[in-house]
Amino acid sequence: MIDYLLNEEQIMLRDLARQIAEEKIRPVAAEYDEKQQFPWPIVKVMAESDLFGIWIPEQYGGLGKGVMELCICTEELSKACGGISLSLAATALGSFPILLFGSDEQKKKYLPDVAKGKKLVAFALTEPEAGSDAGSIKTSAKKDGNYYVLNGTKQWITNGGDAEIYSVVAITDKSKGARGASAFIVEKGTPGFEFGKKEDKLGIRASSTRELIFTDCKIPKENLIAKEGMGFIVAMKTFDSSRPGVAAQALGIAQGALDLAVKYSRQRKQFGHAISSFQGIQFMLADMATQIEAARALVYSAARMVDSGAKNIGTASAMSKLFASDVAMDVTVKAIQIYGGYGYMKDYPIEKYMRDAKITQIYEGTNEIQRSVIASNLIKETLK
Amino acid sequence: MNVVVCIKQVPNTTQVKIDPKTNTLIREGVESVINPFDTYAIEEGVRIKEKTGGKVIVITMGPPQAEVALREAISVGCDEAILISDRKFAGSDTWATSYTLSQAIKKVNKINPVNIILCGKQASDGDTAQVGPGIATFLNIPQITYVRRIDKIENDHLVVERLVEDGYEIINTAIPCLMTVVKEINEPRLPSLKGKIKAKSAQIIHWTAAELECDPKNIGLEGSPTKVLKIFNPPIKSNGEILKGETGEIVDKLAGILKQEISGA
Amino acid sequence: MGISIINEKCVGCGLCIKACPFGAITLVNKKAIIDLHKCTLCGACVSTCKFKAIILDKTTTAKKDLSGYKDVWVFCEQKDGIVQSVSWELLGKGKELAGKLNSKLGAVVLGADNIEKQTTEIEKRGADLIYLVKNPKLAHYQDEPYANILINLIEKYKPEVFLCGATTLGRSLISKVAIKLNTGLTADCTGLDIDQKDKILLQTRPAFGGNIMATIITPNHRPQMATVRHKVMKEAEVHPGNKAKIIEEKYGEEILKSRTTLVDIVKEIEETINLSEADIIVSGGRGMKEAKNFELLKELALVLGGAVGASRSAIDAGWLPYSHQVGQTGKTVCPKVYIACGISGQIQHLIGMQSSKTIIAINKDPDAPIFKVANYGIVGDLFEVVPALTKKLKQTFNK
Repeated sequence: MIDYLLNEEQIMLRDLARQIAEEKIRPVAAEYDEKQQFPWPIVKVMAESDLFGIWIPEQYGGLGKGVMELCICTEELSKACGGISLSLAATALGSFPILLFGSDEQKKKYLPDVAKGKKLVAFALTEPEAGSDAGSIKTSAKKDGNYYVLNGTKQWITNGGDAEIYSVVAITDKSKGARGASAFIVEKGTPGFEFGKKEDKLGIRASSTRELIFTDCKIPKENLIAKEGMGFIVAMKTFDSSRPGVAAQALGIAQGALDLAVKYSRQRKQFGHAISSFQGIQFMLADMATQIEAARALVYSAARMVDSGAKNIGTASAMSKLFASDVAMDVTVKAIQIYGGYGYMKDYPIEKYMRDAKITQIYEGTNEIQRSVIASNLIKETLK
Repeated sequence: MNVVVCIKQVPNTTQVKIDPKTNTLIREGVESVINPFDTYAIEEGVRIKEKTGGKVIVITMGPPQAEVALREAISVGCDEAILISDRKFAGSDTWATSYTLSQAIKKVNKINPVNIILCGKQASDGDTAQVGPGIATFLNIPQITYVRRIDKIENDHLVVERLVEDGYEIINTAIPCLMTVVKEINEPRLPSLKGKIKAKSAQIIHWTAAELECDPKNIGLEGSPTKVLKIFNPPIKSNGEILKGETGEIVDKLAGILKQEISGA
Repeated sequence: MGISIINEKCVGCGLCIKACPFGAITLVNKKAIIDLHKCTLCGACVSTCKFKAIILDKTTTAKKDLSGYKDVWVFCEQKDGIVQSVSWELLGKGKELAGKLNSKLGAVVLGADNIEKQTTEIEKRGADLIYLVKNPKLAHYQDEPYANILINLIEKYKPEVFLCGATTLGRSLISKVAIKLNTGLTADCTGLDIDQKDKILLQTRPAFGGNIMATIITPNHRPQMATVRHKVMKEAEVHPGNKAKIIEEKYGEEILKSRTTLVDIVKEIEETINLSEADIIVSGGRGMKEAKNFELLKELALVLGGAVGASRSAIDAGWLPYSHQVGQTGKTVCPKVYIACGISGQIQHLIGMQSSKTIIAINKDPDAPIFKVANYGIVGDLFEVVPALTKKLKQTFNK
């Protein structure tokens, strides 16, 4: 609806992602959701079209684009399925610690395979006892000569079990509190690194979510990202860059739901008229569209700000994620309402959008955490 | 193996409709696409290159806007693209088109020896399926039509499967050769971002009738043995007719309608 | 030579723009302009212009002397020594055309020695002349030997018209021959006739996926060649008393050479046809009453070369697997023919099939919504109509 003045390459990328979404993802989305299967064939298509290289620098085989391009791509893919798009979006999230803080050797070792879509990545911070309270994670990484030994459990890790590369935050020095955590790269197949069962979820069922279980898992010391004690900084900076991506996923889900609702309202006739001619429905659609557009403007602004290299992107990032996910939830619920009885039936595609939207209000920092971040930044500003 | 793929830009016929009021073709908003069968030819050409090395050169005879089709072909893996365009080609039927394309391939062959020429089975606007065999005849090379699989590629011959009405034939052919391909042969890939970026800045070579050393008697309207006498709209089908009568009568009428529908290409 | 607009006569009404199938005309400053890159000189605009403002000059080089060409020839395609039935259809049409041209009907047949037996069949179907070429190397079709021989025969005997079936074989073969002989070929004709004034072949065929029809002529080259699809023309009647003159030609190794060789033939009968791609769909709904009744639809679909679909009610009842479902929560299809049997036509189903080209509906209920979108409706018992239709079609197609 609004022209965001995308440049030629962004338009090319958007159109290609849209083509993949419509031709490859949409026809199979319901089946992957129903069977809760990982969409490897789609991952292959996305890889062959270079989508996994979007945010990876050119020297590592990527296209050297930024968060804005990642958001455009994620949004388009999510319009067809928010679960399938996550295989890409979560890989981006998992790769940011390496991108932002990794050494040149680490980047050279891991990023080319990510850019080619050969290996997926996952980010592991959350634990059974540490969700919003990330500071109380217990997974430990003890230095032992040339290795670190990891012990502990990570929970609800997106791409868990299917990714080859994991960025894991663990405690290296309990006494230092928040400065006692460090970030590591752990590869699938490392002895002592196992996976729990695949979680049976309400939504984003095409995405795999598993526990990571570390039992005396030895990793080379070269796999430490940045320095010991940087763990939470790595995590927070990662979130600052990746939250617009989650927002984009929510945006795509919302837009996809709106598109379906508009189409349905024109087909469905009651009282001799298409329901799209009833003011009640029209007002709902107008509100949904306006909310989505506002969310989009916020997401794109935040993404562009991140790409500009600006320092204090935390608030913008948090706002984009908070707003877009709340909009997605609201829009998808309204969309089901527009479908009426049919919207409640699994035979029709709309209920999936609501189930998928919900998680965007929860992960990568619950919306309550986002509000805390925004509030504390806001207050800090006024104290200056 | 160097492969030449011949493509055609056609209107998206699934979108073309008849305006019921004026009984004419509605052309507004109908986009131009690569002839669907040609996308399979492009994909096969790229696959041959990936297997054996060499180049894929895509050529098309058409108006300047056919460049868009050529760039699309580059975005999925073709290496070079040539646009054959000249007002002198206007009015070409399949004979003149085959001649012109074969002249172009002869010119390509001077720079890159051509081993395989691929075409789609037929174009969705003309539906004649004549140009592929036509080019093979002008170039005096063997042809295989309706290829559904390339089984083997050797230095001096190919073994391919040819789709026929009740199964398929396995054929051994010398190279160079021309093949027209059917949908069963592969699943065309989507463009890649790197491909699209390459396509955007690619240099499209443009050849005119003079550069192809075309004999003026063989091109355009002059070179076309067939001429269109007239174009008309197919008879409008009666809407919502309830067939009445005994079962036998109705069945006879239905059979007639169905036969007409099936034969209406 | 070419096309031009007489500006003084053009009033900018835009009728020509609508008539042009190639989008080659635009209006600039209220005058029509033709884009020569898009124009194919088909002339559709010329007749539409009420002000005679468009001139199309199609005169070309001097007319060749074509008087030496006579007779209508038909290529009789053979497989395993048996002439294919499309040849009978061509002979039927060929006879009609030969009559209008006051000439003879010739049939060309190439094959191994066993093909000679078929000449009696060809004779009964009305051929006056049969050009026979027998050689073990011609048992199976290969492009080069067949094309070389045909070219040689045509150059020697100079037929005026040459017809061939638009089969896999026919289309590959005739394209080569036409190119080599520098003559015109029109493919997939649905109509063939003789222009009474000029005595030339009028070849009518669909274009743009069937959305428009074009009549093509080959005014200045011979023979006028055309291919016709199977089942389009009526078969020639059998006249047991008919006599034909057989002319046998023999050819040496050089002409029989082929750079392609047939390694093997693999027969495959495909039972299932992809629903989304099918040109013809026979679909059943709740009115089918039970699973085994879908056999009736399967038989009808088989005769028509189509696929079987079903409405949601039928799928929910377990009569067919979900892959056959047409409708809002099933597949959306757009075939040439959609035959809806015992389907009421709820909007959820219509959404999946209403853009089909021709919709035929059979339903007991005269008020069924399906009749609103059907081109042809039959208010009746599908258990009577469908089997009768299948039987009739089997006869017509002679399967």
